[in-house]
Amino acid sequence: MKREFPLLITAGVGLFMILSFFVPHEIVSVPADFLQQCAIIVVAFGYVLGGANVLKLNADQVYRRTPGWPYKLVLVASLIATVAIGLVEGRGFLNPGMRSKWIYDNLYAPMSATMFAMLAFYIASAAFRAFRIRTVEAGLLAAAALIVMLGRVPIGHVLTSWLPAPLQLPAVQDWVMEVPQNAAKRAILIGAALGVMATGLRVILGIERSYLSGKD
Amino acid sequence: MTKFLETLDRRWIFLAMGLLVLLPLMFPLSLPLTVSPRVRAFEAAIARIPDGSTVLMSCDYDPAGIPEMVPMTQTALRQLFDKNCKVVVTCLWNGGPGLVDNVVRGVAAEKHKQDGVDFVNLGFKEGREAVMVLMGQGIANAFPRDYQGRESRSLPIMLHVRDYSSFPLLVNISAGYPGVKEWVQQVQGRFHLPMVAGCTAVSAPEFYPYLQSGQLLGLLGGMAGAAEYEKLRNEKGSATRGMDAQSLAHVFVAICILLGNWVQWRKRREGGS
Repeated sequence: MKREFPLLITAGVGLFMILSFFVPHEIVSVPADFLQQCAIIVVAFGYVLGGANVLKLNADQVYRRTPGWPYKLVLVASLIATVAIGLVEGRGFLNPGMRSKWIYDNLYAPMSATMFAMLAFYIASAAFRAFRIRTVEAGLLAAAALIVMLGRVPIGHVLTSWLPAPLQLPAVQDWVMEVPQNAAKRAILIGAALGVMATGLRVILGIERSYLSGKD
Repeated sequence: MTKFLETLDRRWIFLAMGLLVLLPLMFPLSLPLTVSPRVRAFEAAIARIPDGSTVLMSCDYDPAGIPEMVPMTQTALRQLFDKNCKVVVTCLWNGGPGLVDNVVRGVAAEKHKQDGVDFVNLGFKEGREAVMVLMGQGIANAFPRDYQGRESRSLPIMLHVRDYSSFPLLVNISAGYPGVKEWVQQVQGRFHLPMVAGCTAVSAPEFYPYLQSGQLLGLLGGMAGAAEYEKLRNEKGSATRGMDAQSLAHVFVAICILLGNWVQWRKRREGGS
């Protein structure tokens, strides 16, 4: 019963949500809405659980002075300070003039943007050291990458403006993206969609049970 | 030469990349931009909606996407406000609402639009696809309060907004998950809401099938897409300014790939002889 009951709930709710896709009548749509709301509330509680988990793990490592503990201390202090300031400021904590807004605009946003911007440097370094063309397939990949990379930016047009229009880099890049890339992408999308449907059916029918105890 | 390149300290590569990005931003090259059909279609889809309509705009990104996402959001908002459209803004990324609010307020101030009347930022809601589906049953159900904490239903802009059927168009600007794919699958496919999208350059190829099937009416791909859109709208924004830097950075990466392989090829030849 300990396993059968959750499986029954999963199957019932799963089938009901599929039904709600096809039946817009309020007998179905109102309970379906309620279930969607429940899902959103459960996910929101995930934030609390996640935050508590981050705090516990890192505080523990700071206490035990594991390698890199000063960084974890910064993380714990920032987490506590941000949450505490947000709680003190209450509703509207992200309105202009609030301390939380200042933290977001002047600490979180620039640091987040900087992390992503640093990718440019690592991509250039990796392109020089790691992108090795050893097979025909790798050669085709490199050729496509070079065409798309240069064809997507204005300099691609400048470099090949002396060629007939269909042979200029932007035109060739468009063809690569519209035809071979699109065909491959469509196949991947269809394959992934079929996989998702199969997994959903397995969960609803109780074949896939790993979410219950970590075992099949 | 081979030996020099083989032992090249990667900090020189970092320096070269830094200069190639920095210098064109300081001294623009003004390389010519050509507008792609996908960008024209994006602009035309917005131009086709009746003046004064209420449009749903979901800005699903965080500060990591500023260079690509913010210019396209600003230009799309300007086009919508120029048509006197009212804009209902949402965000499904937890790191994004503050940034999106700054962007929306900046453009609204520029166009003298009033908060709650001409636009509203409903803020962030966790739940991803579940929120998208829930919005189909009622926008105010999913977002009972806006970003400022005001009751959504009490705002003048929301008086005529019920669900997706209240909008002639969905404009989605997204940097990943949840984003364009989820909006197409959960909203365009299910509620048949016409949709245009802007996305990062790396994710753009994923959405070409939706564009070809007509599920997306237009697509802005990365900073290049944003710059083309700016050109089409006769604006000179940060995307246009950034294209010179991006051009040189792309050329540099291409040179790095070719040089790296040339070094390896020479090494193999020398090893073989």
